[in-house]
Amino acid sequence: MQLQSFFQQIVNALQLGSFYALIALGYSMVYGVLMLFNFAHGDVFMVGSYIGFFVSAGLLALAKTGILPLADNVMLGLVLVLTLFITMLLTSFVGMLIERIGYRPLRNAPRASAAITGLMIGIILETGNLAILGPTRLSFPALIESVSYDIGGVLVTNKKMVIVFVSIFLTLALHQFVRRTKWGMAMRAMAFDFVVVPLMGISINKIALLTFALGSALAAAAGILFGVAYPVLDPYMGILFGWKAFVAAILGGRGSILGASLAGFMLGFIEIFVAAIFPSTMRDLIAFSIILIILTFRPHGFFGEPYSAQLRL
Amino acid sequence: MLKKVIAIAFFMAIIVGACAPAGPDTIKIGVNAPITGDIPKVGEGTKFAAEMWLEAIGGELEIGGKTYAIELVIEDNEAKGESAAAVNQKLTTQDEVLVIVGPQSSKQAVPAGGVANDNKTPMVSPWSTNPATTLDRPWVFRTPFLDPFQGPVIANFVTEEYGFTKAAVLYDVASDYPKGLADNFLSGWEDIHGADSVVAFESFTTADTDFSAQITKIKNTGAEFIFSPQYYNEVALIVQQAHELGFNAPIVGSDSWGSAELVNLCGEDCYGLFFSTHYAADGATGATKDFIDAYNAKHGYIPDDVGALTWDTFLIIQKAMEDCGEITGDLAVDRACVRDALAQIKNFAGITGEMTFTEQGDPIKCAVIVQISDEGTFKFYDQACP
Repeated sequence: MQLQSFFQQIVNALQLGSFYALIALGYSMVYGVLMLFNFAHGDVFMVGSYIGFFVSAGLLALAKTGILPLADNVMLGLVLVLTLFITMLLTSFVGMLIERIGYRPLRNAPRASAAITGLMIGIILETGNLAILGPTRLSFPALIESVSYDIGGVLVTNKKMVIVFVSIFLTLALHQFVRRTKWGMAMRAMAFDFVVVPLMGISINKIALLTFALGSALAAAAGILFGVAYPVLDPYMGILFGWKAFVAAILGGRGSILGASLAGFMLGFIEIFVAAIFPSTMRDLIAFSIILIILTFRPHGFFGEPYSAQLRL
Repeated sequence: MLKKVIAIAFFMAIIVGACAPAGPDTIKIGVNAPITGDIPKVGEGTKFAAEMWLEAIGGELEIGGKTYAIELVIEDNEAKGESAAAVNQKLTTQDEVLVIVGPQSSKQAVPAGGVANDNKTPMVSPWSTNPATTLDRPWVFRTPFLDPFQGPVIANFVTEEYGFTKAAVLYDVASDYPKGLADNFLSGWEDIHGADSVVAFESFTTADTDFSAQITKIKNTGAEFIFSPQYYNEVALIVQQAHELGFNAPIVGSDSWGSAELVNLCGEDCYGLFFSTHYAADGATGATKDFIDAYNAKHGYIPDDVGALTWDTFLIIQKAMEDCGEITGDLAVDRACVRDALAQIKNFAGITGEMTFTEQGDPIKCAVIVQISDEGTFKFYDQACP
């Protein structure tokens, strides 16, 4: 492989990995705090993307009326930032709703029941979307005017830079939140012991809602960035990304934020480079065989603790 | 107890009465279409074209000096193979239709064709391009050309139009249609340019959205263009990502590109690109234009290839029924008569081209090369005939 093409593939991998990383965080947090696989998370990503579509379309229409006298570029940037904020907020409510309706009634049920609840909520979100919006795919508005930079033969677009930057920024922000704040401490405590911590006066319901809200907000961010990079939305787009991000979350280690993010990027690298080096027909076969081998040697993922206080699976 | 038996018998009588075979003065035509499922736009186009035909003939047809009322029996196959086969079973045995139009996609037409053939009922699929639909089935016909024809047509066109010698293919390895057509193109291209002239044969899997690894690889091989027989939603992503990665050479497609949705999703990135298809709406003349205008006036959009092919299919079965000369009322005799008449059709001038059926029930007809204009319409560019 030529050097140029090697670096180009690294840029491609960084973009793909950004999505896996952002979505994996939601899986990882819920798994860490509540010992639960939220299989609806990939579809929350889809819902976030659709909400982002409507929010940005609304904001763009508003911008067109000339409500603020700004240059086009600045306006577009403002729309992107506002879309991110509003969509993350709205989608976090969707996440909390899922927790309240789907998971809270099953708090003490066998874990398998909660896992299939996630699958069912996912199907409801997909088919609900199909019923309301129909099968026509939506075209996400161009929130970033695409500009390519040629760096020694490697093409980097401003879209890619924004995507990777936002992904890393949000990961670090979440990491700080969990490490530095009282809420974060409560989450970590809950992850450590699910039974004793509520006895200390920490409400498990509140922490569960918070966990779902944070995870869903990140999925929404991923959804908008997805719309920027791949502007074709359909109701089933969350399934494949959800599965792969789930793999990344497990690979990162239970409840580890930096681990999930790192594993997400790694998954992106594995997929891109396997397709680049081997025949692309074999991509998933080889990529996931590699992951299987990694898991054999590190069954708890990269940063997972071998021992957790109580395994409630 | 007795009351119940009487009540049930009474209802049975009503049902049987309602289902009694229509007199020989009514001819029933079955339509097997994907009204729901994942391609409802195709089902809608089928239904609209069928209803337009019924309206055009005024709901009746004169055969052998006698006027028959025509009744359409439109059934939904949910875009599923098994449902399509069940629909054909119902149409042939329960509804007692004379001839079936549909199903559209090969996924449904291949299994449904078997049922029609077993029940000795003539069936014409307007849209299925997979050879298996009609293969060794004397009762099954189709209106479009076949994939083994389309692949070489595109190879020829690119060779003549651009003079390229190095091709790349990017296709979905998990889906029958793109996979089949990619193979057909590969052999067609290598027939012209020799072995190893396809420098990259890259694939992905259904529902993938990131093609950057494959496109970077293709760019690196020095390919002069990409052939991508994908559906419109994937085409939009492939073309946009290729441009972002600095691959500005042409990307050429097949009849799966031919949806108005393509331009909505892809935008300016797709302007100027070519694909092969069944008919070109922009720049159409004569009967084709009349159909497009009538359809557009009634339903508010330009019909895509499904609508046009379904229209042609109805004209063909109309001709076959008229050629038959006489409708006896004995279903087996009439069905055989229509089948034989279909097989005899020669040089039929449809709006998607002139058609003559081969022994397998496949038409010999021309493909159209369409260019996506700067207004986002599909403009006729060239024609390729067998």
